[in-house]
Amino acid sequence: MTIIGEILMLIGGIFLFLGSLGLVRMPDVYNRLQTGTKASTLGAMSVGLSAIFLLPGAAGKAVLLVIFIVLANPIASNTIGRSAYLSGIRLSEKSVSDAWGAQEGSKGEMVEGEAAEASGSGSAPAPSDKKGA
Amino acid sequence: MITISLILIGLAAVLTVFRLIKGPSLFDRLVASDTLSVIGMAFLVVLAEIVQTASYMDVALVYGIVGFLGTVTIARFFMRVSK
Repeated sequence: MTIIGEILMLIGGIFLFLGSLGLVRMPDVYNRLQTGTKASTLGAMSVGLSAIFLLPGAAGKAVLLVIFIVLANPIASNTIGRSAYLSGIRLSEKSVSDAWGAQEGSKGEMVEGEAAEASGSGSAPAPSDKKGA
Repeated sequence: MITISLILIGLAAVLTVFRLIKGPSLFDRLVASDTLSVIGMAFLVVLAEIVQTASYMDVALVYGIVGFLGTVTIARFFMRVSK
């Protein structure tokens, strides 16, 4: 039991370190968001799961912590990326594709695109309608 | 193992603080701040396991909630839709 917890904690520490290393090395806001949030989510999840084995009195709190990390971290990263894109932060020159910018002509039509995609009546006719209009 | 994990978490915090100081735009600093809050939460969990005290788990949970709310609030506040 103890050895499982320590291995989980070691995995968590390694992933937290690698996420921060990517945060320094990456060239762009969006790439930094990628490494700084996904790897840190996995690292913090693993450290939280190790508390189930190493501190059995607080197993319920550890599960609650892991559930909170899973729910909260993608929301925070999505909000940061969306607000950075809407504020006009450019992608780096090495980027090969910009799906949002290629799909929408201008940034103000984002809500309309989301509504057309959420209605779910086939994704193929919706962009052609928008380009025709 | 716990010592190695603590060293790795400390190095991660140092690298994140480097990005927090150096970051060119506001959103780089915001990403670094969010990552630093997650690292602090993980450190509190490790601290709870070292001293075998369950109360630090509550502290870690509240710290994570406050960090998440702060990140989302700052990100929404600085979102300027340019038409």
